[in-house]
Amino acid sequence: MEFGPHLMLAALEGAVISAILVLTAMGLSIVFGVMRVVNVAHGEFFMLGAVLTWFVATTIGGHPALGFVAALLIAPVLVGCLAAFADRLILKRINYDPDRTIVATIGMLYIIQQTTLMTFGPEARPVPPPFNTRLSLPWFEWGEEGFALFWPWGLSITTYKLFVIAAAATVLVGLWVLLTKTKIGLIMRATQQDSETAQAFGVPVGRVYSWVFGLGAGLAALGAVLVVPIQQAHYLMGGDPLLLAFIVVIIGGLGSLPGTVIAALLIGMSDGIISVFFSPTLAKIIATLLVAMVLVFRPQGLLGKKPS
Amino acid sequence: MTAHGKSWVLHGGVLALLFALFFVLPTYHSGQLSRIMVLAIYAMGFNILFGYTGLLSLGHAMFFAAGMYGFGLTVNLAGFPMPVAFLFAILVAAALALVAGGLALRTAGVSFMIVTLMFAQAAYLVVLYFGEYTRGDEGFVVAREGRMIAGIDLSTDAGRYFCAWVLFGVCFLALAKLIKLPFGKRLIAIRENEERARMLGYDTSRYKLMAFVTSGAVSGMAGATYGLLFGYVGASFAAVPYSIFPLLWVLLGGAGTTIGPLIGVFFMFYLIDISSGYTNAYMLIAGLVLVLLTLFAPQGLAGSLRQKVMPWLP
Repeated sequence: MEFGPHLMLAALEGAVISAILVLTAMGLSIVFGVMRVVNVAHGEFFMLGAVLTWFVATTIGGHPALGFVAALLIAPVLVGCLAAFADRLILKRINYDPDRTIVATIGMLYIIQQTTLMTFGPEARPVPPPFNTRLSLPWFEWGEEGFALFWPWGLSITTYKLFVIAAAATVLVGLWVLLTKTKIGLIMRATQQDSETAQAFGVPVGRVYSWVFGLGAGLAALGAVLVVPIQQAHYLMGGDPLLLAFIVVIIGGLGSLPGTVIAALLIGMSDGIISVFFSPTLAKIIATLLVAMVLVFRPQGLLGKKPS
Repeated sequence: MTAHGKSWVLHGGVLALLFALFFVLPTYHSGQLSRIMVLAIYAMGFNILFGYTGLLSLGHAMFFAAGMYGFGLTVNLAGFPMPVAFLFAILVAAALALVAGGLALRTAGVSFMIVTLMFAQAAYLVVLYFGEYTRGDEGFVVAREGRMIAGIDLSTDAGRYFCAWVLFGVCFLALAKLIKLPFGKRLIAIRENEERARMLGYDTSRYKLMAFVTSGAVSGMAGATYGLLFGYVGASFAAVPYSIFPLLWVLLGGAGTTIGPLIGVFFMFYLIDISSGYTNAYMLIAGLVLVLLTLFAPQGLAGSLRQKVMPWLP
């Protein structure tokens, strides 16, 4: 394959990575924005979503689409409820103190991960995609006869991957409507701006926190349900999404939602493109250091505003 | 007896007890105890920064690993004599701490934790990237010549135990002394109220950096000691769990106490040792302990003791 089609293939893979990443990072960003909580266990909620998808899909059986749709409905809700429960049980009692919250969520990370290891086991388990038709994509060429389209061998994408991109975009629009147009969004934004005043105006801040924590985890789980048919479910799969989501949230500016979306696209696309052309380890080293530098020299993120 | 006297009796007593235990314990447990002492050095290094200065780093594995690889690689590849390699390893860790600390200390709070975490992640990936020399996850064995000093073989049970005991003792007493010095008191002042310390005229950023470098150097020394005594160097010591462990030990034992790190490592080590006999998911115990500690005993064991019965505990 020549460079042009190769680049297009990399960009398509990058778009799929971005789609999953944007959901995961959104969850992290909302939790940080509203609650000021850095949730280190976020990657494990992602992993739980994937593992639950496998459980649901194998329990239901039959046509792959049946299990997939069921998992799409069940897994995020279940993970969200679990997260809300953990918030009630642990985070609420330590009063969301920043240092202790980080330590507690590190503890939650190991509890979730190791419990999964004990029940689900150490194997990676695949989930069949609900539909998976391969579409060949055309590429153009300026030849001697002028502009011509051709179908290079290997340049293709599956319908399922296109579905992932579309689904992520739909969820994102839904989230935007929820946050800006509904009363729930209003309550969340009020809590974010000043939780004490919100409480004085009758907003049940404690319950809002639990819902937000659940919503954040649910978004991560949703991303995982979408990714499982491409990647397999494994008990250690939460590490990479956590790191990437952190990077996205930092680059986008902690707590800034539009920034998060743009950063997710940027990071996902470059991850897809870089890993096609360069050594993945070197790319990761450079990316990690760059992000740390962003946090050191531009703590408000690339798109965030300076705190007044 | 004065608080000062009691404190020296305690430190001396702990060291005497550890010395005597070698002759009492069966080989398996004395082996474990030498490992515990080495890891307690690491925990004490972490404690300087977290317990006394109030800075939570989530990336200390990079210093532990810097010491470990600084020692192992120079012995194996450059053929440095053991003491030179050991000092070199500490210098490498201190230099890394100077750079990482200089950058990370420009941030505070949550950002500081994430920046240190990312530096450590980058360091881990660097170890994997240079797999040709470091042999990545698989690791390598430190050459036998590098594990001798003045004719004493440090790979025997006794050599290992007493070398660990000496190094642990030096750090243990030095730390107890350090916190009584004006420098240590200034670190505690920064932990309690940085604004006020700065208002009183202390250059807090300089002291924080000094604490960071000291902490990194001690952690690096622990890493080098681990490589020296157990003869194995591997990438898993640079990975995220080894940044979380010292936090766990120090929290369990009691942050900001001299004896806390040893107690924390001891309990955690045996807790994991016992539970790994039943399940391979032994990190579950670590998670549970972390959550329970933050919920019910944020002071840790020694911290609770200090609060209730022994107010003089250093």
